[in-house]
Amino acid sequence: MTANALPSRNALFSRNALLSRNALRAALPAVTLLLLLGTIFWIQPRAMTPFGINLMLNLAVPIVLATMAQLFVMTVNDLDLSIGGFVGLSACIGATWLNQTPLLGVAALAACILAYAGLGALIHLRRLPSIVVTLGMSFVWLGLAVILLPTPGGAAPGWLKSLMAFKPPYLPFPILASIVIALLVHVGLMRTSYGAILRGFGGNPQAMRRSGWSSLRATMTMYALAGLFGVLSGLALLGISTSADANIALRYTLLSIAGAILGGCEFTGGRVSPVGAVLGALTLALAGSALTFLRISPDWQVGAQGAILIAVLALRAFVVRKED
Amino acid sequence: MTSRTVITLSGVAKSFGAVKALTGVDLALQSGECLGLVGHNGAGKSTLMNVLAGTLAPDGGRLMIDGTLLDRSYSVFRAHALGVRCVFQELSLCGNLTVAENTRVFHPHLRGFGWKKRSAALIGAMLDDIFPGHGIAPGTPVSELSIAQRQMVEIARAFTVTDTPLRFVILDEPTSSLDASRAGQLLSFVRRQVAAGIGVILISHMLHEILETADRVVIMRDGRVVAVDAASAYDREGLVVAMGGLAHHQAQAREARAANGAEIRVRAERGSAFTARAGEIVGLGGLAAHGQTDLLLSVFRAAQRRTAGVSVSGTVAMVAGDRQRDGVFPLWSIKQNIGVRSLKAARRGLLIDPDRENRLAEEWRTRIGIRAPDLDLGILSLSGGNQQKALFARALGSDAQIILMDDPMRGVDVQTKREVYRLIRDEADRGRTFLWYTTEMEELYECDRVYVFRNGAISADLGQGQLTEERILQASF
Repeated sequence: MTANALPSRNALFSRNALLSRNALRAALPAVTLLLLLGTIFWIQPRAMTPFGINLMLNLAVPIVLATMAQLFVMTVNDLDLSIGGFVGLSACIGATWLNQTPLLGVAALAACILAYAGLGALIHLRRLPSIVVTLGMSFVWLGLAVILLPTPGGAAPGWLKSLMAFKPPYLPFPILASIVIALLVHVGLMRTSYGAILRGFGGNPQAMRRSGWSSLRATMTMYALAGLFGVLSGLALLGISTSADANIALRYTLLSIAGAILGGCEFTGGRVSPVGAVLGALTLALAGSALTFLRISPDWQVGAQGAILIAVLALRAFVVRKED
Repeated sequence: MTSRTVITLSGVAKSFGAVKALTGVDLALQSGECLGLVGHNGAGKSTLMNVLAGTLAPDGGRLMIDGTLLDRSYSVFRAHALGVRCVFQELSLCGNLTVAENTRVFHPHLRGFGWKKRSAALIGAMLDDIFPGHGIAPGTPVSELSIAQRQMVEIARAFTVTDTPLRFVILDEPTSSLDASRAGQLLSFVRRQVAAGIGVILISHMLHEILETADRVVIMRDGRVVAVDAASAYDREGLVVAMGGLAHHQAQAREARAANGAEIRVRAERGSAFTARAGEIVGLGGLAAHGQTDLLLSVFRAAQRRTAGVSVSGTVAMVAGDRQRDGVFPLWSIKQNIGVRSLKAARRGLLIDPDRENRLAEEWRTRIGIRAPDLDLGILSLSGGNQQKALFARALGSDAQIILMDDPMRGVDVQTKREVYRLIRDEADRGRTFLWYTTEMEELYECDRVYVFRNGAISADLGQGQLTEERILQASF
């Protein structure tokens, strides 16, 4: 009797340990965000109003969308270093063609998404490192944007401006939009049956091919999705800022990677978390405000953001290792 | 259930470069039968199974299923549609997906609303059927399961059925990470499946599993089927003898070496004592991946810093087995590849003296016979055998007194092998110690003493006079 009871109790303990490990991992992005919000509200209680939150999270939606784009690419163990330039190009197309000749604008944006899918195919078929290809493409996107819009300017289409200025009754718009995006990607990638296949390619590509799945199709799907979310990010950014500039979103490349990593995604192995990545992107969007409230001079803010990132990642490594 | 022939292989051949993995295999596989497949390292078992599963296209021969000849378009997809499944030796689950999601990967038609629930029910029921009390929740990510649990999931997944009927399952070493009771559960499940008319091919190094479970036994050696008979016709001894072949080619008479008195250079403990003396060639035999490489690596570590359980006196150098991964520096020249282990000796002040580096490389080019017009060419300009010679030159040209060899002759032609054997012998006569892990029987005869490994421990310690193929096989299984 006792001999039988012992292993089952051990099994129970180990299951609890697993549970808490998973829970800790999943909770870390949320905890980070709450800590940051708490700090802000503590220093500046007046920020705790819908207006204050709107103001602080003003630029969050495009960052969240760009982070989702990065997450799709990271799912298949690649990295996209061109997303910043691409978001900028999308914004420039939105501020020029989409505004003046909507049909041409839509066609151009669709072509951009197709180009992304094509990049995925190129990287996959020629076995090129995604970092090199996308680093090169970042200059191509930037160049195209400069040709299209040599000086900052253009105008956002009216519908886009009013969409981004939309004020829902109870919840600030950036938060509502973040929830919708997180749910959408979560269901698509984590709950659907093809989503499981797509993530499988990040986990064990050889096993997926052996089971008869096309890795070319999976890679192209992921890159096309990244392109789609990049375009959406550009349009959202344009809707907020009402005019565009080729250089408008260059820092999104690193922000999106940092946001996904903060949210618990891994560079390899197909381990991603859309909800976590959205929280990570919000954290980064807020970090700037928090540092301002803390009276850290803008000269040091970028460095301070990096320090936050390192601290969170160190904490995560600590949590995971301790549980092992 | 009546048995009938479902799959027919005739003259199936497959080569990887110079290595002939399969040289004309004829085999008929029947439904409602468990076929046991045995053979020593490199007999071609896994290659044959990959051909059957559609993951490798054969170079020659014919593969017929249900009397229809399958051409080059035979693929994993076709195999699945025809009801042929394979559990591969190296695990093929996605660690980031849950057990249920991994099941979905296997079944293209498991989709639509509620697929996760259906998939979880499917794999859960199969796990319950094969391994009662398995304790695996279908919602757990595979990366959080133990190796044994992963293997159980992998096996159960192969037996799940959705839209295409299941007819043939290939189990390649299915019990390698399972304990005895789980292995017993699996084997009795296999018997039940066979009684229900499914054909199973069981590959295992656990000969008693084969003898207890299989109806027929196929013995492979050197890429060919050498015997097929009812399992009842064999016992353990009989299988071992058949695997080794009846003609024991006796070790060539070699002058016995007086190594016994020499200084002991390596001492380790692997179940029983392991020692290697100066001037001795020590072979590490047994089946692949039973702890030999592990011993070499711990000797390598022990030479650099104190390590518990292993004592080493002398400098070491390693000759890698996986040339591409652990051996060559692909962008460097032949000369640089040879010299990298001896940079200290080639140094003058802070810089590398090109003359000394050249001298070292030139000396070994002539001694080991590297066929290269110019040693400044890239290492990849050499053939595989000559690249391996350069790696030998790297180790032998260094100041190391102990040379560790991690099955370095895989895929090397016979001529090169002979040359390297002679060189090893000369170097041992000069007092160097060789620890030689090899999966080839012939190479064990080159050794003064052979330790046979099984499950990470030494199962036999054979001196030169006691060395026979039968003894090595006996100790390996």
